[in-house]
Amino acid sequence: MKRQTVRMGMPVTIDMTDSFAKGKDITEMFAYLLWLDNVFSTYKQDSMVSQLNMGYLQKEDYPALLKLIISYGEQTKQETNGYFDMVRKGFFDPSGLVKGYAISQVAKKLQQKGYANFSVTIAGDTQVVGNKNDRKWKVGIRSPFNEKEIIKVLSLANHGVATSGNYLRKNHIYNPYGSTLSDEVVSMTVVAKDIYDADRMATASFAMGTKGITFLEEKQGYEAYMITKDKKAYYTSGFLAYCQ
Amino acid sequence: MLQKYRQITIVTLLFGLMVWYRHLPQKEMGEQRISPPASPTPPTTPASVDFQALQVVYTDGTYIGDIIDAFYGDIQVQVTIAEGKLTDVSFLAHPNDNSTSQSINEQAMPLLRSEALASQSEHVDIVSGASESSKAFQKSLASALKKAKG
Repeated sequence: MKRQTVRMGMPVTIDMTDSFAKGKDITEMFAYLLWLDNVFSTYKQDSMVSQLNMGYLQKEDYPALLKLIISYGEQTKQETNGYFDMVRKGFFDPSGLVKGYAISQVAKKLQQKGYANFSVTIAGDTQVVGNKNDRKWKVGIRSPFNEKEIIKVLSLANHGVATSGNYLRKNHIYNPYGSTLSDEVVSMTVVAKDIYDADRMATASFAMGTKGITFLEEKQGYEAYMITKDKKAYYTSGFLAYCQ
Repeated sequence: MLQKYRQITIVTLLFGLMVWYRHLPQKEMGEQRISPPASPTPPTTPASVDFQALQVVYTDGTYIGDIIDAFYGDIQVQVTIAEGKLTDVSFLAHPNDNSTSQSINEQAMPLLRSEALASQSEHVDIVSGASESSKAFQKSLASALKKAKG
């Protein structure tokens, strides 16, 4: 059973291999994602994060979930030497971490319901669990130069995959940083056991430019595939094990 | 005795008159009766929508959208309209003005495994790709198209 919707301004897909999959369980997950977006959205005026940024929510009133995400952000900032930072231009922006957290939570909730074979995807970040019809899940990495092209295929069970990047459109290059070294990297794909970790590290390592792949090589539990402007790819020593 | 009966009769008659008076339809008394609105009957044929009127007309030219804050920096979209239609959407480069970003030392490319990109033709279940901060993109695009509407 495969169902799709839009949440957080992005396409969401839940694909269940388990034959006993129930539509109402997927509906419940979609509802959870809507609720989560209402808390963490930086676009919705009434979200808790927007209220915080407008000064209406005081520290002593932060609910437990908000404190948890803040603590995750602090932890990630320390692990990445400041390259991951949820405070940007004086505003609190948890979006570099919330997507991975959301997918991870949905996967955990589905497992608690007894599901063992499914995938949860939000706009190119995914957590795969168990099998897809008696084989592993096939996750393709999209080419940053041609959105219709796949340049790598991973075979995974029980892993999270996240890709951070900028865009290349015809002759127009979107350069988020402007510095000569970090605009070398156009795409960074990270594989970890948990999509929450893959997502936050993809966000952080992409900000490091070409140093990002070295950072991930040295880190336990992460494999990565980094694509540069000149259409070359650099990958960590354990990455190829995930490919066919 | 007769006088008493007359009084009673007059009172009864007056009372009856009062009751009759109150039960008169208000309208006849000069007051407006508020009648509940008639329940609308569903249209038997759907109203015709003027799609032509809904068509957006863009004026030819190049238009730049607002700068919208996306996670990695700013997004600004530029659109090109030709013959009234959207023919190109591109992103304008924006320097990251995040003052906390650390300076990056020039260094040689890491001596890791590398390869050239190769197109894969096999079927995949899921595609992982760089997804732009879609809301920021949509906002900037919408603002550019708004200018194109003129």
